[in-house]
Amino acid sequence: MVEILLAAAVVGVIALVAGVGLSFASKFFAVPTDEKFEAVRAALPGANCGACGYSGCDGYAEAIAKGEAECNKCPVGGEKTAAELSEILGVEVTITKQVAFVACGKTDEKTVLKYRYDGINTCAAAALLYNGPLACQYGCIGLGDCAAACDQKAISLEGGVAKVDKDLCGACGLCAKACPKGLISILPADYKFAVACSNKDKGGVAMKACKNACIGCTKCAKACPTGAITITDNLASINQELCSGCGECAKVCPNGCIIA
Amino acid sequence: MSSFISILLAGLLTENMILSKFLGICPFLGVSKKVPTAASMGVAVTAVMLISTAATYPIYAYILVPCGLAYLQTIVFILIIAAIVQLLEIAIKKFSPPLYSALGIYLPLITTNCAVLGITILNFTKELTFLESLVNALSAGLGFLLAMVIFAGVREKLDEADIPEGLKGLPITLIAAAIVSLSFLGFAGIGGK
Repeated sequence: MVEILLAAAVVGVIALVAGVGLSFASKFFAVPTDEKFEAVRAALPGANCGACGYSGCDGYAEAIAKGEAECNKCPVGGEKTAAELSEILGVEVTITKQVAFVACGKTDEKTVLKYRYDGINTCAAAALLYNGPLACQYGCIGLGDCAAACDQKAISLEGGVAKVDKDLCGACGLCAKACPKGLISILPADYKFAVACSNKDKGGVAMKACKNACIGCTKCAKACPTGAITITDNLASINQELCSGCGECAKVCPNGCIIA
Repeated sequence: MSSFISILLAGLLTENMILSKFLGICPFLGVSKKVPTAASMGVAVTAVMLISTAATYPIYAYILVPCGLAYLQTIVFILIIAAIVQLLEIAIKKFSPPLYSALGIYLPLITTNCAVLGITILNFTKELTFLESLVNALSAGLGFLLAMVIFAGVREKLDEADIPEGLKGLPITLIAAAIVSLSFLGFAGIGGK
């Protein structure tokens, strides 16, 4: 009995001495941490996507704390984070929310297949084989490289085409980098209309590959009252700053590739 | 004096902590990607080995043995080493923030590094005096440092090598570790008593 008590006492005393010593040391060697950095870092979403241009959330928080960076650079956190950051820093900030947009209107019925792909299950691999299985070499392969790249789980595959959930999307642009066809662009979240096609072939060729393709007929450009639509390389594109959202273009498009 | 030299040689080469006794393999594989981090880890481990030997020797010799509690050796040593590592971590954070962020998670890991616990216990199984123990700890630490730096050099070369698909990553690392360890076998017999 005495032996057990003695053992417990010795270990206890050693532990006590070590503990007291450590607590004194932590006071004595205390490092003053930057409160602003801690607060900023806590407000950031922690996606570490690098879309702000810094090496992850830590790097961005450090830049903000030093006053080197604006606090509206985080697309993942969007308005909410920018508001929190501006509160911490005591500065005014404005931010426009953005979302990713997939410029392809492929459907199983309307789009022709060149061959049946049965290889490695990524778009990047499929794209290496004759530009992908679709007759349209610009179209969405639909194997989900973008969905795999998305940290916010905002991209789903519906009918073989990537679809972006506007509420979940943080507009970090990782999906745009992952898409081997370069179909994904970042648009203002309140965009009214966009061209859901990336086909740059001439009308006839495009039509043969996909009945939903933009054939560059220029009807939309003529119909647009604000001159927001231009046709380059047989493909329409909408300038979102000029677009008034009247919807005339969508009405006249023969293939219905301008969508809201 | 000659005993000090033979202890030093043994710790460095013939009885190298990592490559002959296979203690402290965790940081050996974990922190050996780059030579500078491997070297700073080696220095940190050497420092912890020296300080913990200096702390554990008197506690064992003057507290545990007289009380007949020598069997508490392991648990008491772990306690002391953990406290010393914590202390070292706080001090490094204060005096050398770059080293602190370079060591990262591995500094707390020294707490449970069997090489440190190993050296403090081996000091007594070898029945060394206090001074000899300190030399033993220093040489074991330097041996650890040597092995870390050599292996980090090998791994830096491995990064550029064309490795077969199936061996990439951990497999080739373990094979390289085995070959480095094999080369240290050649030192057997040097400076032996």
